[in-house]
Amino acid sequence: MKKQLKELYKYRELLYMIAYRDIKVRYIQSIMGFMWAILMPVLIVLSGVVVRYAYALAAHQPLKTVDITSVAVKSLPWAFLVSSIRFACLSLINNKELVTKIYFPKEIFPMAAIMASLFDLFVASGALMVFLLIVRTGWGPHLAWIPVLLLTMVVLATGIGMIVSAASLFFRDVKFIVEVLLTFGIFFTPVFYDVSMFGDKGKWLLLNPVSPILDGFSACIAYQQSPDLAWFGYSVGFALALLLGGYMFFKHLEPAFAESI
Amino acid sequence: MSDVALRMERVYKKFRKGEVYNSLRDLVPALTGKMFRQPELSENDNREFWALQDLSFEVKHGEAFAIIGHNGAGKSTALKILSRIMQPTKGRMVVNGRLSALIEVGAGFHQDLTGRENIFLYGTILGMTKSEIESKLDQIIAFSGLEEFIDTPVKRYSSGMFARLGFSVAAHVDPEVLIVDEVLSVGDYVFQQSCMERMRGVINRGATVLFVSHNLKAVTELCQRAILLQHGKTVTIGSTDSVVRRYLSDAAKPADGAYKPVYISQVTVRDRHGEQATFESGETATVDVELTARAAVEKLAIVLWLTDQSQYLIFDTSTERLGHRPFSLRAGESYRCTFELKLNTAHGAFHLGAAIYRYDIQREYDSKLPAATVFVGATMAVRGAVNCFPRLVAAETLASASTHECGV
Repeated sequence: MKKQLKELYKYRELLYMIAYRDIKVRYIQSIMGFMWAILMPVLIVLSGVVVRYAYALAAHQPLKTVDITSVAVKSLPWAFLVSSIRFACLSLINNKELVTKIYFPKEIFPMAAIMASLFDLFVASGALMVFLLIVRTGWGPHLAWIPVLLLTMVVLATGIGMIVSAASLFFRDVKFIVEVLLTFGIFFTPVFYDVSMFGDKGKWLLLNPVSPILDGFSACIAYQQSPDLAWFGYSVGFALALLLGGYMFFKHLEPAFAESI
Repeated sequence: MSDVALRMERVYKKFRKGEVYNSLRDLVPALTGKMFRQPELSENDNREFWALQDLSFEVKHGEAFAIIGHNGAGKSTALKILSRIMQPTKGRMVVNGRLSALIEVGAGFHQDLTGRENIFLYGTILGMTKSEIESKLDQIIAFSGLEEFIDTPVKRYSSGMFARLGFSVAAHVDPEVLIVDEVLSVGDYVFQQSCMERMRGVINRGATVLFVSHNLKAVTELCQRAILLQHGKTVTIGSTDSVVRRYLSDAAKPADGAYKPVYISQVTVRDRHGEQATFESGETATVDVELTARAAVEKLAIVLWLTDQSQYLIFDTSTERLGHRPFSLRAGESYRCTFELKLNTAHGAFHLGAAIYRYDIQREYDSKLPAATVFVGATMAVRGAVNCFPRLVAAETLASASTHECGV
């Protein structure tokens, strides 16, 4: 495995190049590109606002700004995760020509897909920043958690991306299954709602490794608190294990890629 | 480091054909089915075939080595194993030095990116670093001759421009071990010449080159040693001349023991008066090709071609390309096709090849080369491969420019 990682490092420029290509191609039709980066999160935020408004009505309470901030802050990483997995899943199939003809570490494809999605996240974060300034969200030392949370998210996305990209090469229906899971995943992940709304039962939701990360984003940006360290630690462990397992799974199947595609 | 650049050690490669579960929907019932049924071993064995068997060879540093063989002999599989895209089922492959494979020029280009961006993309795919590409960028662009269009997206390029750009990048990789596939020999004559030129340059610089080709002329010109493969097995290995000779003599053999459901029973060449082997340049030769079917065969086409004495293809046609629909034969039936060829060739001896081919499944049933040999005489002094029937229309000294300065 050390050898494999060394080789991946050797090919790092190719990784940047493929990621650059993916981003460039997506943004070449600039309207579509920015739509992709902005539209998805905006739609998620709007749906979240509708859901939140319904809660508020049912509870006979006014809709608070901080609720909307929380939804907005959680929507972006969620949109990143969804688009990472979606693009990673298709990354090998869409690069069939290269997979079957030229040798290099193939994990570059899912990784590049995730880098491109990360770029989208940064673009969308610009828009979010404007929103946060308008609603006058406070600044605080807790914002230092953001890079750590983001990194965990990237690690998680990479682990999943490796697994789904390799699997979709062998089983052509994997991409449909992934699509369905991504569509309904939002109901099992606290994006529109907070885990705290469920009281004690909330811990079941936190078993979903994405939940503590999103909760962490919401805590440190919207509520000026630290994330729940125990649960966040669980997510970090889960993400690292998934990355390791996903990478080994990917490398195990890689020699058969060219014959199976 | 040893003087061996590349070594194959008893390499085997097995493929599975037929049923493969490529969706979970099929796999899950198949797995549950398997638990209740007896494993069907014999059936499984039939679905596997060996694309390569016990392939061993060594290429030394600075050597140019060729792999030749008919379609389906295992050349492409050998190449994919050498370029590490596939792994051998058994055996080992060792490469010393930076390896680069020109398997498909321009694979990896992205239509929406500009020529310049694609140089960087394709260059990194072929294993160059960004700084290396930057330092060679001007050379690459100049070699491609696409200076004006270099910032245009490649989707607006013609296929020729596309290939030129791809080759220019590939030609500047400077690998220690270079693997070149057949596909390099597509493209127009000028492009082929520049490919050959560049290949010679790479070999002269001391790189190791592995060449896979049908083009025997190129193989004999470039390579010192070669290996001949047939049905995944090594037939012979040695100096290119002897291997090429063996390849040709095998090809000329009437039947190599294999059962052919349809075969070429006769090829005759005639002129207006009857069977004939010598022609004047520009004369029309009539070629009859007769097939006999042992079993029912469908959708056949006849391919006819002409090569010069060094087996270089100079002309190629088929019933399909001449607008004749694929035909079917019943067992025991014979079929005759008559072609007319205008022998616009230069002086020399030419071999006529004939093959029975089914295009939709790309199967060659039988092939004969030489099926016949024709001798073409030219009264005119023409050199080269073709006779363009040159005529000298004018030849005179023109008045020198200085005395006619105002003549425009």
